[in-house]
Amino acid sequence: MSTRIETEIARPDTVTIEVDGRPLSAHPGESLAVALLAAGIRALRASPRAGGARGAFCFMGACQECVVTVDGRRVTSCLEPVRAGMRVRLGLG
Amino acid sequence: MPDAIDLLVLGAGPAGAAAALAAAEHGARTVMVDEALAPGGQVYRAPPMDHRQLGQRALEPEHRDGEALRRRLQCSGVEVATRHRVWSLLPGFRVHAIGPAGHRAWVARAVVLATGTTERVVPFPGWTTPGVIGLAAATILLKSQGAVPGERVVVAGCGPLLAAVGAGLVKAGRAPVAVVDLAGRGEWLRALPAMAARPDLVRRGLGWLAALRRAGVPLLSGHGVVAVEGDTRVTAVRIAPVASDGTPRAERVARRLEADALVIGHGLVPATEATRLLEADHRFVADAGGWIPVLDDDCATSVAGLFAAGDGSGLAGAAAARLQGEIAGLAAARHLGQLDEGRYQHTVAPLRQGLARARRFGQAMARLTAPRPAMVGTIAADTVVCRCEDVTRAEIETAIASGAREMNQLKAWTRCGMGPCQGRMCAETAASLLARHVGGREAAGQWTARAPLRPLPLADMVGEFGYDDIPMPEPAPP
Repeated sequence: MSTRIETEIARPDTVTIEVDGRPLSAHPGESLAVALLAAGIRALRASPRAGGARGAFCFMGACQECVVTVDGRRVTSCLEPVRAGMRVRLGLG
Repeated sequence: MPDAIDLLVLGAGPAGAAAALAAAEHGARTVMVDEALAPGGQVYRAPPMDHRQLGQRALEPEHRDGEALRRRLQCSGVEVATRHRVWSLLPGFRVHAIGPAGHRAWVARAVVLATGTTERVVPFPGWTTPGVIGLAAATILLKSQGAVPGERVVVAGCGPLLAAVGAGLVKAGRAPVAVVDLAGRGEWLRALPAMAARPDLVRRGLGWLAALRRAGVPLLSGHGVVAVEGDTRVTAVRIAPVASDGTPRAERVARRLEADALVIGHGLVPATEATRLLEADHRFVADAGGWIPVLDDDCATSVAGLFAAGDGSGLAGAAAARLQGEIAGLAAARHLGQLDEGRYQHTVAPLRQGLARARRFGQAMARLTAPRPAMVGTIAADTVVCRCEDVTRAEIETAIASGAREMNQLKAWTRCGMGPCQGRMCAETAASLLARHVGGREAAGQWTARAPLRPLPLADMVGEFGYDDIPMPEPAPP
């Protein structure tokens, strides 16, 4: 079962993005953090000091836990809309 | 060169939008800035572009009100700069932001701050595990993104969002494993008189509870989360009965709920970094969410031309935010000389009456949502308080024992609050821990706000500026 709610929402057709070199289908416009969640990717980075796994926490751009690299730029994945062909790198924070 | 404007509104939620609309109506050249993709704030957060809401989803009051608000803004004279992060505000109201097309700057004659809140979660073992998210975060997933946080979700914390999120999960076909409420039934009963002011919202709340009951979701009053199990993802949530001050009752055995996600929140905290950066006066009001800017009846701060409205200036809920925002927008127009005193007073009088009513309800909800007083004291020594820098409670206590007496000292000694979230996630916990030793939150003080208000790449801050742009003085004559 997907973490996407399938009823009462009409989404645009999926596009392909690249996450750590692997293709992933996602709907354009949805938040990148939501696309990663739907693919079962929860851990997005390691905390800098203790190296603990971290994932999206506040989903509103405040906590910075969901920071990933998109096309070479560090972005909060919760506020980043999915675009066809975006290249995502996890793990750096 | 910065654009010269009359009014800059920071935050496009109910308060900011109402302020911008009111000021623009009186001729103020108004720019409203927000980092989201569309105006609406957290309450009226828009669905992603081209994701259409159908059936019941399209009829949800927040969705309808949000769409109406966005249509009104479109037909107004307000320039809405979404996807812009304000990273600096200087006296004289020079405002710097980064947007999709790069750097933007404005010089405004007046500013309305409607910056909303961040969510507070009192730390517990495992709260940094991926799959633990905030209650407000869950409402964004459910309402705007059309997603659920997991397959087996535990909903915990306090306040009316618990039932809202629980019922939202039921509707999404993923009934939560349990809803775990810190408040006992008695606390809700005591809030009833204030709740009578908004029978519509009480009806909605009862509807959520009925949906949970029909779905057979266990509703555990007077319980709290004691730990989350799992390393790279949540595997289980341990809960226990808690006393009314938030202390887990050790004599009672904790229960283990298998789950892959935990949604948890202990209330909201006003986002005051902008008023702190501009050095407005603040006061500490626990029931309003903590430190808030000192405001007069016109929503004016202690800095001339600087106004604040909405939950960011003290928790009172969306209905109050809208009215307060309108007052702030009108007061800004008066400050700009675009609205005369007589008309100003005539227009704000009914708004103030409405605000007093809306506040009664909003503040009662804020009290129910606030963390219990003893909770911070029960945080385990090795639990991380500052997520960004992995600073534990033990490290904070060591710094306090070594003589840290004030928040900025504590930060300098431990790095607590120094990471990319700039203390938004840990300030309340760190201050509450320090306050236990220095005689209260006022004595503990607050972290000094500094630009950049949001992390941003140095290249974005510098923009097109290159080495050759540095003005070089003529060499001195030989």
